[in-house]
Amino acid sequence: MNTEFAVSESPLALGPSPAAALPTLRIAPSKGWVPLKLSELWEYRELLYFLVWRDIKVRYKQTALGATWAIIQPFLTMVVFSLFFGHLAKMPSDGIPYPIFSFAALVPWSFFANGLSQSSNSLVGSSNLITKVYFPRLIVPLASSFSGVVDFLIAFAVLIAMMLYYGLLPTLNVLWLPLFLLLAMVTSLGVGLWLSALNVEYRDVRFIVPFITQFWLFVTPIAYPSSLLPEPWHTLYGLNPMVGVVEGFRWALLGTKTAPGPIIAVSSTAAIVILITGAFYFRRMEKTFADIV
Amino acid sequence: MSDIAIKVEGLGKRYHIGANQQSYKTLKEKLTDTAATPFRALRSLGRRNGHHSSNGHKSKAEMIWALKDVSFEIKRGEVVGIIGRNGAGKSTLLKILSRITEPTEGYADITGRIASLLEVGTGFQPELTGRENIYLNGSILGMKHAEIRRKFDEIVAFAEVEKFIDTPVKHYSSGMYVRLAFGVAAHLDPEILLVDEVLAVGDAAFQKKCLGKMGDVAREGRAVLFVSHNTSAVVSLCKRALLLTSGSISMDGPSTDVTASYQFEAAGLNLNQTTDLREVTHKGSGKARFLSMDLQANGKSGQPIHSIVTGCDVLIETTVSCLADIQDANVAVIVYDSNGYRLIDVNTALKGDFLSMQPGQEATIRFRLKEVLLKPGSYYVGLWIGRGGVEEIDSVDYARRMDVIADVESVRHTEVFPGAYLCKFDSMVETN
Repeated sequence: MNTEFAVSESPLALGPSPAAALPTLRIAPSKGWVPLKLSELWEYRELLYFLVWRDIKVRYKQTALGATWAIIQPFLTMVVFSLFFGHLAKMPSDGIPYPIFSFAALVPWSFFANGLSQSSNSLVGSSNLITKVYFPRLIVPLASSFSGVVDFLIAFAVLIAMMLYYGLLPTLNVLWLPLFLLLAMVTSLGVGLWLSALNVEYRDVRFIVPFITQFWLFVTPIAYPSSLLPEPWHTLYGLNPMVGVVEGFRWALLGTKTAPGPIIAVSSTAAIVILITGAFYFRRMEKTFADIV
Repeated sequence: MSDIAIKVEGLGKRYHIGANQQSYKTLKEKLTDTAATPFRALRSLGRRNGHHSSNGHKSKAEMIWALKDVSFEIKRGEVVGIIGRNGAGKSTLLKILSRITEPTEGYADITGRIASLLEVGTGFQPELTGRENIYLNGSILGMKHAEIRRKFDEIVAFAEVEKFIDTPVKHYSSGMYVRLAFGVAAHLDPEILLVDEVLAVGDAAFQKKCLGKMGDVAREGRAVLFVSHNTSAVVSLCKRALLLTSGSISMDGPSTDVTASYQFEAAGLNLNQTTDLREVTHKGSGKARFLSMDLQANGKSGQPIHSIVTGCDVLIETTVSCLADIQDANVAVIVYDSNGYRLIDVNTALKGDFLSMQPGQEATIRFRLKEVLLKPGSYYVGLWIGRGGVEEIDSVDYARRMDVIADVESVRHTEVFPGAYLCKFDSMVETN
C-alpha cells in the first residue's frame, strides 16, 4: 500500500493563486510496487521534448560525420553480410536479393541497438539532472529511445533508395510499417528501462550491453531468414521481440512469402511484457536513483 | 490551515554509508551469487535500499540519519532561512522537499507549485547557445514553453547577455554563465521557492542583484526556504530562521537570534564554568596540550564581577599538560572578534617568561588582560603554545566564547559606536 503522491500540481498562469485553488502534495516514503503515474509523464511532456531535442542537437553538432553516421553503420554491416553470408555462403533470403533482405532488417535493428546503448547509460549520464531537479525519471530513458528516431528516418530513406534501385516497390502491406516501428520502440524502451535501472546499481551493466547487443544480433533473423526454423520453433522464436520487428518490416516493405501472423503475436506479447515489467521495476528502484547515481 | 505552504512532520532520512556504499555492486557478482544461492538472490532483486551484500550475509553497514524527526510549518509568503554547519542536513532537507530523494520516515505536505534551485545552471549544455539553454534550463526547472517565451527578454536583460545570446555557452565567461543561469532561475514563478546556497557564486554586484530579486519574490507573497552560510544575507532576507544541527532542528525563531546562536556555537557563556579543552580541535605538534581554561572578570577596584564588562580586567587561567620535552616555549592568549579578526594577542615571552616542561608535568599559566576596552559583543578566546617562528606545539583557535557587555555607567558610549576598541580619551571643543 503506497501513500505516495496525492495530487499532481496544477500549472498556473500568473502569480500565486488564492489558497483554495492550490492542491496539496504529500511527500512520504513509498513502499512496495510504485504506480507508474503515466499522467505525470504527460504533464512533463515538454521536458521530454526538450531532452530529445537536446540529445539530437548535441549529437549532430558534435560529430563531423553527423547524419552520415546513421547510415554508415547499417550500410557497412549490410555490405559485409552480403559478401560473406549472401554471396559466399549462399544464405537463402526468402526470394529477395540478399543485400536488401539484410538491410531491411538492419535499419530497425540499428534503431533498437542504438536505443539500447543510449538508454542503458542514460540515467547515469544524466546524474547532474537527477540529483538536482525533480521530474519523472522515466523521461530519461524515454528521451534516449526517442532520439534514435531521427537516425532511423535517415537510414530508412536510404532503404527506400535501395528498394528503388532494385526495382522493388512496396506492397499495400506497407501500411503496417508504423506498427512494426512501434513494436521496435516498445522493445527498445522496455529493455532500455531494465538496463538503465540496473545500471544505476550495477555499474558493469554498461559494459555488458555491447555483448548483449552483439549476441542479440545473431539471435535475430537479420543475416538469415526465420523460415530456416521448422515449426513449432518458428513461432517460439517470436519470444525474441526483435524477430517480430524484423520479419514484420521485411514483410511490410518487401512482401516476403512468410506472412508472419503468429510470430508477430508472440513478439508483441513479449515486447509488452518486457515493457511493463521494466517500467514497474524502474519505478520501484527510482527512489534510490538520486542517492546512488 | 489553508495558510500553510509547507508542513513537515517527523521527517527523517537515513543513509547507508561505509564499505557497502563505496564499491558499486557489479552484475557479475550478483549473477554468481544467484547461481550459488538462487532463492536469496531472487528475493533481493528489487530490494530498494541500495544495499546488497555480495556474499549472502548481512555485512555490517553503517547507517547515519542525515535528518531525524524534523517538523516545522512554513506559511504562504514567509521567507525562512535554514542555517547550520556543513553536514547538518540542510541540503538533504531541500532534496526531500524537492522530491529528488525520498524520506525514510515522516511526511511533508506541500501546497502549491514548488521550484528548487539546488544548483545554478542545471542541465546547461555547452554546445547549445544561450537562447537554447534558456529554453532547456527553464524547461528542466519546470517552466512551460509559453512561459519561457513570455519572460525571455526579461531573463536576457537580467543576465545582461543580450549581445551573446546566440553564441554557444561554452564561449561564455564564468560570470556570464552564472548570470544567465541565475537569470532563468530568478524568473521561476512558483508558490514555494527552495534555494540552496546558490548565491555563493558571482561577484558582489550580481549577488546584490540576486538578493534583490529574491526579496521581490518574497514580497509577492511566495514562500521561500533559503539555505545559506551567508548569515548577513539570511538576516536581511528572512525574518525567521531554522538552525539544523546534526539532522534535527535545534532552533526555530527570529533570524537575528538564530544566526547569532549559530555563529557562536563554540562554547558556553558561564564564567563559572571551566572549559574542558581535551575534546576540542587542537593543532600543533602535540608535545604539550592545553587541558582547560578558566575565564574570570575583575572590576575597576579589583573585585570579581560576574560578567565581562567593557573596561574590566579579564583573567585567563589555563592548564597545560606535557607529553614530550619542551624548552623555552611561549604561551599566548588571542582574542578574536566574530569575523575571526585577531584583536588582542598577548604572550608570556613579551614578559620574559618561558616554559620548559618534561613529560608528565603540568603547568598553570595565568594572564591578566588589563582594562579590556572592547566594544560589547561576542568574541572568541584562543590559546597557543610554541616557539615563535620555529614550532607550534599546541593551538586551540577557539577555546571559548567571551561575551562582553556594556559598562552600566556608560552604556551609550560603549554600545553605539562601531569601533572595536573603545579607548579612553579626552576632548575639548572651543568656538572662536
